[in-house]
Amino acid sequence: MDTRIDFYPTHNHEGFKLRHGKPFPFGATLVPRGVNFSIFSKHATSCTLVLFKKHANEPMVEIPFPNSFRIGNVWCMVVFDLDCEDIEYGYRMDGPFEPNVGHRFDKSKILLDPYAKAIGGRDVWGTKPDWDNIFQHRGRLVFEDFDWEDDCPLEIPMEDLVIYEMHVRSFTAHPSSGVKHPGTFAAITEKIPYLKELGVNCVELMPVYEFDEFENSKPNPVTGEMLYNYWGYSTVGFFAPKTGFAATGRFGMQVDELKSLIKELHENGIEVILDVVFNHTAEGNELGPTISFRGIDNQTYYMLTPEGYYMNFSGCGNTLNCNNPIMRNMVLDCLRYWASEYHIDGFRFDLAAILGRDPWGVPLPSPPLLETLAFDPVLGKCKLIAEAWDAGGLYQVGSFPAYGRWAEWNGKYRDDLRKMLKGDMGMLGAVAQRLQGSPDMYEYSGRGPSASINFITCHDGFTLYDSFSYDDKHNEANGEDNRDGGNDNHSWNCGWEGTTDNPDIIALRKQLVKTALAVLMLSRGVPMILMGDEIGRTKNGNNNTYCQDNELNWLDWSLLETNDDLFRFSKNIIAFRNAHPVLRYHEHFHNADLVGSGCVDISWHGTQAWKADWSGTSRAIAFMLCGKHAKGGTVNDDRIYVAINTYWDALDFELPTPPKGAKWHVAVNTSMPSPEDIYEFGMEPELGNQSNVLVGSRSIVVLVGK
Amino acid sequence: MQITIKPEGDIGIATITGEIDSRTAPQAQGELMPVIEKFNKIIMDMTEVTFLSSAGLRILLLIYRQATAKDGRVVLVGLSEEIKDTMTMTGFLKFFVVAESLENGLKALA
Repeated sequence: MDTRIDFYPTHNHEGFKLRHGKPFPFGATLVPRGVNFSIFSKHATSCTLVLFKKHANEPMVEIPFPNSFRIGNVWCMVVFDLDCEDIEYGYRMDGPFEPNVGHRFDKSKILLDPYAKAIGGRDVWGTKPDWDNIFQHRGRLVFEDFDWEDDCPLEIPMEDLVIYEMHVRSFTAHPSSGVKHPGTFAAITEKIPYLKELGVNCVELMPVYEFDEFENSKPNPVTGEMLYNYWGYSTVGFFAPKTGFAATGRFGMQVDELKSLIKELHENGIEVILDVVFNHTAEGNELGPTISFRGIDNQTYYMLTPEGYYMNFSGCGNTLNCNNPIMRNMVLDCLRYWASEYHIDGFRFDLAAILGRDPWGVPLPSPPLLETLAFDPVLGKCKLIAEAWDAGGLYQVGSFPAYGRWAEWNGKYRDDLRKMLKGDMGMLGAVAQRLQGSPDMYEYSGRGPSASINFITCHDGFTLYDSFSYDDKHNEANGEDNRDGGNDNHSWNCGWEGTTDNPDIIALRKQLVKTALAVLMLSRGVPMILMGDEIGRTKNGNNNTYCQDNELNWLDWSLLETNDDLFRFSKNIIAFRNAHPVLRYHEHFHNADLVGSGCVDISWHGTQAWKADWSGTSRAIAFMLCGKHAKGGTVNDDRIYVAINTYWDALDFELPTPPKGAKWHVAVNTSMPSPEDIYEFGMEPELGNQSNVLVGSRSIVVLVGK
Repeated sequence: MQITIKPEGDIGIATITGEIDSRTAPQAQGELMPVIEKFNKIIMDMTEVTFLSSAGLRILLLIYRQATAKDGRVVLVGLSEEIKDTMTMTGFLKFFVVAESLENGLKALA
């Protein structure tokens, strides 16, 4: 093959040997003897490739693309004989600076390739950058030859997932984690046994695309402690993993380290979903830095007002122009790249309602981007999960354009469950829908319960323990006088705001945490738990810790001992879900006996059997699932009876009779102290009185008829 | 970087000194490939290797893949803690049999 003439240069620039490149793929691609550089700009008048030695302040060479190397709006060039481990690259684009029509070209800036697959400049987390450096985020070349052996995405059915939402750095940054390289991808690998013991089979990683933790970083006005862009919901490069999350980032091996983590997770039966932020970039508004898109083709990549200002549906200064075909293709290229090169199992789209807006910000009835992703062959088995709202007021939970593929973070599940758990009246009708996978929201449009990602907590808002420890947010540490963060927390402090030594209050909080986790695991749909909720993690009442690189975000592993009862409960309630197929199905309930079992698939009860009290003052509800209806009647499971009491006193629930020949056994009773709060599968004791059960205040009882 | 090769019975021992990175990788590949052709059992003595870059890791895996393609076996000897750590985190270590010393390496291939 060495005889191919395109393996040899045709041009020369200051000793660098060149030839005409290929327009596809965009980005920098290793080709025989060289690197193919390809970049789009519709409005630039010229383009220059800028090459640096790794970490160098000044460029090694600047190579203007000869005009003959441009095809349409794509500049492409092969540069031969580069040391691919020692090169960083960027571009200069010349063109008009006419903000009123959307152009902001500035050839004094060196621009990051939007398709850069590795990015230098923030190699080690928290290392203060040299702000005088003319090139802050530096494209690097990567080998795309990772040896996956037999690995492939796991394709676990949606209804069988238990998602664990986590932040890479927060999971192990705390000294108590005991890992070798705290806060890194590699450290998660070390903690896989913990995830397995807990029983989750999917981790959803908060943003792992390269971001700048120093974006808008500032000292806390009160404590002087540095506040960062910590969570990372502000992307610098969509194709590159966060270098500072890799222990090997300083060696430029972040790509291999993340792939290795994914391979290990897969080997242990755990899927990986990435939280992706395609609604805006780290460039902010007109006052923000020019990193990449703004200088390459501002008018193409961003939604602009007629006067050329940035539209701000993200609340973060700018809005990516997701339904412009160029941007749409970039999102598609990006997701295909992560699905194929990184074996990612699914994606959760931050503020996804933006992805359904046209270039002028108007919500589209059939958004081409959402349709494209739903029908894409490479993404054909990936989970697609929308955060179905945006900061511009578009709220599409229940109505997000789904194309038979898209699931949603069900914000209504969170709100309704929280209100019920703290004892609000009038919630039972709504909660009954949530428990069933929200058929009121999804069934009319033909979407099954797996469209509903059920969650009570996520990174935004209180932790589960804080939901029962604080009436109000306490965000002073964020340096904005407690103005930031949501106010609709639907939380209750159990009688004392914040930390207390009062054993009764602590016991009640734990009981409510257990009750909440139990309801979540018993609901049809896809449960998601927030990192640390399984061991009573607290953020001291802060409900918006996006900027905190400290104990407010770091998981304190000593809670595993302090709250060993919570951990025991958490892993057993997850195991309970996994053991009972009747809880996990992709179709809605029919409220009928379709399999001839003599019992409807789901029936509703109250303190009286077969008589649910739906009145506005009721705080007691029970439901029963017929095991013979499991998985549409194809699998035989036990009958399951669940009684929820959110009243402040214990209530006696009359029980429906168990199936013939079976007895009720106690699986869960959250009003009991550990270890009688939950029994391992197969160890459930028989209920003494088979006709009634006393359900303690603010607790849940789960019986198994077998 | 330097590589010396010496046979020990049916085992080929390649002793590598210095750094394997993108600059030295082609040389390493050029000198190690003949070892694979000649021997089915190979020891790579890495005691004097001070740094392995991404390209260096790939040379090791290339050797492993070529060797196993002809039913050969590769043992790495004398990895420094840092190199071992890096290889673990990037997923390269698990392909290899690792021995602390040359003697153990020889035993592993016996």
